[in-house]
Amino acid sequence: MLTFIIRRSLWTVLVLFVITVLVFIIFFKTPGVDPARAIAGRNSSPAILAEIRAQFGLNKPLPVQYALMMKKIFISRDLVSYSNQGVRVVPEIAAATPATLSLVFGAAVLWVVMAIGIGVAAALLRGTILDPLLMILALIGVSAPVFWLGQVANMITQGGLHGTFLFSWVPPLGYTPLTQDPLLWFRGLVIPWITLSIAYAGLYGRVLRANLIETQNEDFVRTAHAKGLTDGRVLRRHTLRTSMITFASLFGLDFGALVAGSALLTEVVFGIHGVGYLTYQAFTNLDLPTIMATVVYGAFFIVLANAIVDIVYAWLDPRIRPE
Amino acid sequence: MTEPLLEVRDLKVSFRTEDGLVRAVDGVSFSLSQGETLGIVGESGSGKSVTVMSVMRLISDPNARFEGEVLYKGRDLMTLSKDQIREIRGTGIAMIFQDPMTSLNPVYRVGWQIAEQIRAHEQVSKQAAHARAIELLAAVGIPRPAERVDSYPHQFSGGMRQRVMIAMAVSCNPDILIADEPTTALDVTIQAQILNLIKKLRNDFGTAVVLITHDMGVVADLADRIAVMYAGRIVEQGSRRGVFYDAQHPYTWGLLGSIARLDRPKPRRLSAIPGMPPSLLRLPPGCAFGDRCTHRFDLCDERPPLLDRVGGGHLDACHLEPKQKKEVRETTIHPELIEEAE
Amino acid sequence: MALLETVEVDTELRPAIAGRNPWALAARRLRRNRIALAALGLFVLIVILCVAAPLYANDVAHVNPLVPNLNGHTIVNGKVVPVMQQGGGVLHLGETPIGPTGDLSHYFLGADSVGRDVAALLLYGGRSSLIIGVGSAVICSVVATVIALIAGFFGGIVDALLSRLMDVIWAFPLYLLAISISTELLTHSSGFQVGPVHISASSLWLPTTIIAFVFVPYVYRPVRGQVLSVVNKEFVEAAIAQGAGNLRLIFSEILPNVVSTVIVLMPLMIALTILTESALSFLSIGVQPPNVSWGTIIQDGTDLIYNRPWVSLAPGIMIVFTVLSLNVLGDGVRDALDPRAKLRVEG
Repeated sequence: MLTFIIRRSLWTVLVLFVITVLVFIIFFKTPGVDPARAIAGRNSSPAILAEIRAQFGLNKPLPVQYALMMKKIFISRDLVSYSNQGVRVVPEIAAATPATLSLVFGAAVLWVVMAIGIGVAAALLRGTILDPLLMILALIGVSAPVFWLGQVANMITQGGLHGTFLFSWVPPLGYTPLTQDPLLWFRGLVIPWITLSIAYAGLYGRVLRANLIETQNEDFVRTAHAKGLTDGRVLRRHTLRTSMITFASLFGLDFGALVAGSALLTEVVFGIHGVGYLTYQAFTNLDLPTIMATVVYGAFFIVLANAIVDIVYAWLDPRIRPE
Repeated sequence: MTEPLLEVRDLKVSFRTEDGLVRAVDGVSFSLSQGETLGIVGESGSGKSVTVMSVMRLISDPNARFEGEVLYKGRDLMTLSKDQIREIRGTGIAMIFQDPMTSLNPVYRVGWQIAEQIRAHEQVSKQAAHARAIELLAAVGIPRPAERVDSYPHQFSGGMRQRVMIAMAVSCNPDILIADEPTTALDVTIQAQILNLIKKLRNDFGTAVVLITHDMGVVADLADRIAVMYAGRIVEQGSRRGVFYDAQHPYTWGLLGSIARLDRPKPRRLSAIPGMPPSLLRLPPGCAFGDRCTHRFDLCDERPPLLDRVGGGHLDACHLEPKQKKEVRETTIHPELIEEAE
Repeated sequence: MALLETVEVDTELRPAIAGRNPWALAARRLRRNRIALAALGLFVLIVILCVAAPLYANDVAHVNPLVPNLNGHTIVNGKVVPVMQQGGGVLHLGETPIGPTGDLSHYFLGADSVGRDVAALLLYGGRSSLIIGVGSAVICSVVATVIALIAGFFGGIVDALLSRLMDVIWAFPLYLLAISISTELLTHSSGFQVGPVHISASSLWLPTTIIAFVFVPYVYRPVRGQVLSVVNKEFVEAAIAQGAGNLRLIFSEILPNVVSTVIVLMPLMIALTILTESALSFLSIGVQPPNVSWGTIIQDGTDLIYNRPWVSLAPGIMIVFTVLSLNVLGDGVRDALDPRAKLRVEG
């Protein structure tokens, strides 16, 4: 198991390296675009352009430029956003992470619980009218763009019905840190949690149902029944346990992607200043340094999540473990 | 006469599909006495697996329809509740399946899986069940059982896995062991080992055995009685000796004729049964084997009932007179006789 | 030894069910699936409506929805009213566009913040969204299939390299990759130049190719899996033994067996690309003015969400219906092409 982890980690490092190179190429070497101008964004006075050229070594050979970029992001962390009054980007990202984590964690708990409920119910109720009904419901959740759902949610909770007892507890849009006011933190996240989890609950519910039905036809489930185990035990310990392998690996990947920034649509619509929101602001201001940093951090999260998922998968499925 | 342990009466199993009604089992009756070994022989699609799966009520397809009775110790299993059937599975009737790799759960250790069955039926502690599992593995011939009890199924070879399945199946001392093609997925040399294991356990514990196979050679050693199935029906049923040496149905002749024999002159070709089994969607009204039978005559348009025509409890479903059968049987089973005459 | 009169055995195989072409079987199964057919019908209806956008705009509503109409007038309940009404906002000094009139020829769904007819705009937006959605899905599938064929067929180091490349591209958070590329290409407002090819920033090609590129690894994975399973089959060996060259092998033997995987994926891909395009357009880095898409309309309606909700609601509902119908259709297609029979009866 240990060699597996080591090998996987080495591979992760390699992939991260390639990603940073890709980012470098996209931002520094897109044909027809002057990187200095792009980095300066709106404040492209000749003085700033010259400073950028010096800072990023744009007159130096490519590998040096790449090294300088990496250094600014990771080591000296003094990557500065020119469009944003010279704010240091890296600490800014660090400050925005708790908001994203709060949003994604809450939504994840919600969607996993809902998905297991939907998936198991649909598989058990197969043959009745409730199965296709649940699946259509799940599909509708998957088919609605999350940002639009958020707008509709706002329309309902912040708009006309805000005064009623149903939604008066919903605070104005924005995020309150947990350490500052736990209750307000919670109240402000409930609607965003529900919105973000709807699409994923639908998707995972369908995937789980398909997996459960497929697994129910497996030989070892037949054996479990032949052993005289109760239906409940067969479902939990044999059918669900095996179906959760795929579920868990998909979950890990999506969770990683969300933390890395895929939650940006939800953050924007609800005014939650997380990493995604930061990214959005950055490109409306054409603030290249911030975009670069968020993309690199985002990619890191994803690759890390991939590696963790692989390891967890090997733990869940003994057949994958190398001998 | 003691009451038979298991008695299947006119079992019919059909499946509704979008193409029509598939009659997988079309009126099957047999009985099994204590300690007896019954071999059920037939090709793929003959209904043998569906029959025994129905006995254990393991068919969960909502499109399945069941008729008939399955009496185990006098109780009709078809009418029992889910909980009652659950109690019988494992302790009264146990089953092992064809492919041990897919029949064992790949994510749990084998000791855990055996213990799971034990603890589902008996109030024992985890440690006690674990110890029993080690004993059972030893009894089925797994070397270093105390170590291997913590291995995963994929870490065993095919033959070893089947032994694990057998250990699990006999863990609660069942009255009946149903073995559905237990050796089909294994090498010939391992086949013999597994069959010997089953024989040994049967002798040691007095378990009745139902052995399903498509290979006549497998039942030749083990079975006390043999039932031959074709297109969802039993076409012949008798003692081992009777079926092998006094076969009464043309299909059985075909099966016997297709075995290569060491103790007889080598024929130029083994005889094969021409044609294919009928579709279970559209069974012919007469004898199901009629289209492929070289001895068909006008009576065969009516379905032949399963009767004792030759005496001694040997049943067959063929309209031919026993005397006629004797005349044509030898050349069908032993084609080298025709070649000799040429 | 007297033999009975025997009957000639008809050894000709007469199977009870004649063998049928798998495509015909699949088509028949699909035709029987009424829900999938309904979904297909809904999708076709939406496509027709959007294609008819100029028809509606010119002949029914008599507007040019792509041009702001701040000082325009329209007829509501027989009276002439301005499209932008005075007295909106907190201080009652702003302008509020009119709401839904229920009148198909006069601002059926109301106006947006610059006075455009939302209903007509909706249909034009649909054209962009559908063109980009279908276009990118098709381009993505073609590119991914070609790469998967090469990787699966040649195997070894070629496969390893290509698959790793796909993994890296997929490692990028989806939106971040699309965002980065879009931003880079849009900062240079005169468009994107690669050799002789010039794509202007306001062309629909830009979001199409970006979205197609981003989803290539997603299609690549299952197609490559299918290629690998086919490459090892005996009929390929047989073709090699007959002296078939690599190109012929790939296109005549392997590709036809892989096509079904792509077909099953296609409706789902279009659903995904439409959703992605709407997100990018909502963020203003997808479809650019003067073009509109459902995503841009939703964005435009953000400020009006409390008093004129229909500007945002309508395009969202269109997206839901379109994507839903594609998802249901995708399920139906997959069920139809699934070779595993629903019934398993073993002997």
